[in-house]
Amino acid sequence: MSVETSTAPSGIEASNKKAASSTFTRVAKYTLARVVTLFLTVVVGVFLTIMIANMGGYVDTIMRGEIRERVTMQMLASPAISNMAPEQRDRMVLDKIAQEEERLGLNQPFIVRSFRYLADALTLNLGRAKNMTSDSGSKQVRLIILERLPPTLLLMGSSQLVLFFSSVFLALTLSRRYGSLWDKLVVALSPTSAAPPWFYGIFFILIFAALLRWLPFGGMVGAPPPDTAIEYTLDLLKHLLLPASALIISSFFLSIYNWRTFFLIYSSEDYVDMAKAKGLTSRDIERRYVLRPTLPTIITQFALLLIGLWQGAIITETIFNWPGLGRTLYRAIGQYEIPVIVASTIIYAYLLAITVFALDFVYALVDPRVKVGSGS
Amino acid sequence: MFKKSFREITRYPSAIVGLAVVLLMFVVAIYAVIKIPYREAIRLWRGGEDVWYHNPRNASPAWMNFFWGKNLPESFFLNSADGTAEKTVVENPDGTRQITINYTFDFPYDGFPQELILYFDVAFAEKQPFIAMEWLTPDGRRFQFGNIGVTAQQTYRFSQDQKLSRKVGGMAPQKGLFWDVFSDARPGEEMPLKGTYQLILTGTTFEPDSDIDAELVVHGQVAGLAGTDHQRRDLSVALLWGTPVALIFGLVAALGTSVLTMIIAAIGTWYGGWVDEMIQRITEVNLVLPFLSILIMVGTFYSRSIWTILGMTILLSIFTGSIKAYRAIFLQVKESTYIEAARAYGAGNGRIIFHYLIPRMIPLLIPGLVSSIPIFVFLEASLAVLGIGDPVLPTWGKIIFDAQTQDALYKGFYYWILEPAALLMATGLGFAMLGFALDRIFNPRLRGI
Repeated sequence: MSVETSTAPSGIEASNKKAASSTFTRVAKYTLARVVTLFLTVVVGVFLTIMIANMGGYVDTIMRGEIRERVTMQMLASPAISNMAPEQRDRMVLDKIAQEEERLGLNQPFIVRSFRYLADALTLNLGRAKNMTSDSGSKQVRLIILERLPPTLLLMGSSQLVLFFSSVFLALTLSRRYGSLWDKLVVALSPTSAAPPWFYGIFFILIFAALLRWLPFGGMVGAPPPDTAIEYTLDLLKHLLLPASALIISSFFLSIYNWRTFFLIYSSEDYVDMAKAKGLTSRDIERRYVLRPTLPTIITQFALLLIGLWQGAIITETIFNWPGLGRTLYRAIGQYEIPVIVASTIIYAYLLAITVFALDFVYALVDPRVKVGSGS
Repeated sequence: MFKKSFREITRYPSAIVGLAVVLLMFVVAIYAVIKIPYREAIRLWRGGEDVWYHNPRNASPAWMNFFWGKNLPESFFLNSADGTAEKTVVENPDGTRQITINYTFDFPYDGFPQELILYFDVAFAEKQPFIAMEWLTPDGRRFQFGNIGVTAQQTYRFSQDQKLSRKVGGMAPQKGLFWDVFSDARPGEEMPLKGTYQLILTGTTFEPDSDIDAELVVHGQVAGLAGTDHQRRDLSVALLWGTPVALIFGLVAALGTSVLTMIIAAIGTWYGGWVDEMIQRITEVNLVLPFLSILIMVGTFYSRSIWTILGMTILLSIFTGSIKAYRAIFLQVKESTYIEAARAYGAGNGRIIFHYLIPRMIPLLIPGLVSSIPIFVFLEASLAVLGIGDPVLPTWGKIIFDAQTQDALYKGFYYWILEPAALLMATGLGFAMLGFALDRIFNPRLRGI
């Protein structure tokens, strides 16, 4: 943000010191400004999500329901109260509920409360779901999400990592053999990525599950789950194969095409021709003159891929009955479970903000031309 | 310039294929709207049993016969009211009438009918007419059944007549009545006897003005060009009408998104300062918002109408990475001399933005626009597959959704998913291929790559 100004050299030591301290203030200033902007972005994004998800006062209903349930449970748990006459007990319960609602501010207008939801979300105080439970029976949003995280990480992680590394590797190879048959094939096939993963998923189910009966229609493990660890893993892999392949194939050719084009643009730089003229091996050229300047982009894409894992694949998981976060999020929306929706959004927002913030510094590390906070 | 570009397109075979597919889709869309007007399409798709009762349930398209090498029956119907069944009335001296309806039909098929149904249309004041039926097979066997009193709008389903089932050897009546008894086919592989069948319906009425009409519907195993779904609806209606819906959704969303994105980017870069800053911040906030979740929420909480979803899609797609890409190019264009010249002669801000900045970008806009159409076409289908498709309009995605919820793949009704999927794929690929070629023509960075 601040542009460096050259200072007249009044002495080497002084200027070194000055440079060091100015670098420090520049980085500190920049870091602070960046943290503030990113945080504000998260705040506004999450607030908008809360507003959208609350229309119709669904969150109020959730809160009221939660209070009613908790108070009643508390009252019934205490022997002194559960032995009271029914009318007296009911009146006590109602009083307690009104008290609780007042304490939580449910008697306040929605706009005031929406800020409290925002504060809860920002402090990662995820709260409890209305009806949705985790498989272990908890209504804690944190537990619901944690329980669904491993399947999503398995599916998304395996597919996206395979997709990323294979497409970067193949793209590098293709950019070397520009114009070859394989290259043309990839270019010709890249429009197939217009179709989303679930679309390929349906075809895979048709071919491999319905027609050939080789692989299961969906789910994560067979019923009943196998006993031994090895069998369990094999069964898991069998179920993983179709959804993961669908996720990979739907982006595969476009991803290779994009990386290949990207590498080609960098391979046509003058310094690459220069290196070729010097007689460097193609491996050296690739590593030093093509991969090095493209590294920031590769890292960015990889970082965005990693946080993209979090959201899961809503439709693919639904089609394949994969018990992951995406399907849970879809079910949460269907059941008006705003706490789960907001939780998913806030965690994604934080992950994105942290990644974007960290990337600035990573750029400065991997690319000597970039300095943190200089220029824009 | 566009003439030259068009000539250049013809150098890419994939672009020609893409263009041909896209044009074909437009022809289909126009044909669909002219052939089946909107109201008629809605009636055919949402009308209810009255509209669909002539179709079999979950029947494959008729042309599948060609691949199977069999001649499976299509549905046919004989009605005494329109003369396709012979009706004779005999007045008895005691005031009753004897009405005989003779349904004679040829059955040259290799498969049993899916179902036999008689729809009665009976007029009487108090006393229900009495019906008896007789079935004559080509080899001269006779089955007598029925013997029921009928109400005004009675439906008689052969498959649910237990007594008839026992009479035809314990098989389902729609099979047993056609069964070739003397063939030595093993159980489960029975074949129908080909030839002319007769159903003679004898009704006795007890009132002077009483009358009986009945329509015999013999449901086949295949139906029409596209087959039918679980509600007996003809899929060709939805497949045809899905075309204009998909094209309009894709085109409007792509056009709206890219044009608005470009205008906003142009305004932001031209004015700079806080306007530009605000646009950038909005873009960052938009990156945080969960796109698909918000669309699902809008669909679940407010309205599943395709127009609401379309508007929301455009709104959420404006402030994305592409606004930054446009901004970067506009920043360069802003400094060029012809803009300076325009400023020198006193052109206003609006004039510069709309007459000088934006026209410069149109060559870059077109490939992006065309390439984004399939994304939106598939987005509409994706939302429909999640169950938040438009509540009224028939769309491709809704066919897939119906098929998914009815476990079509598990039960083997592949045509049900493959037909809309093929159309989606064709549309998606058509636009994508065209878009790719346009990108290589218009994007100078990709020239020669």
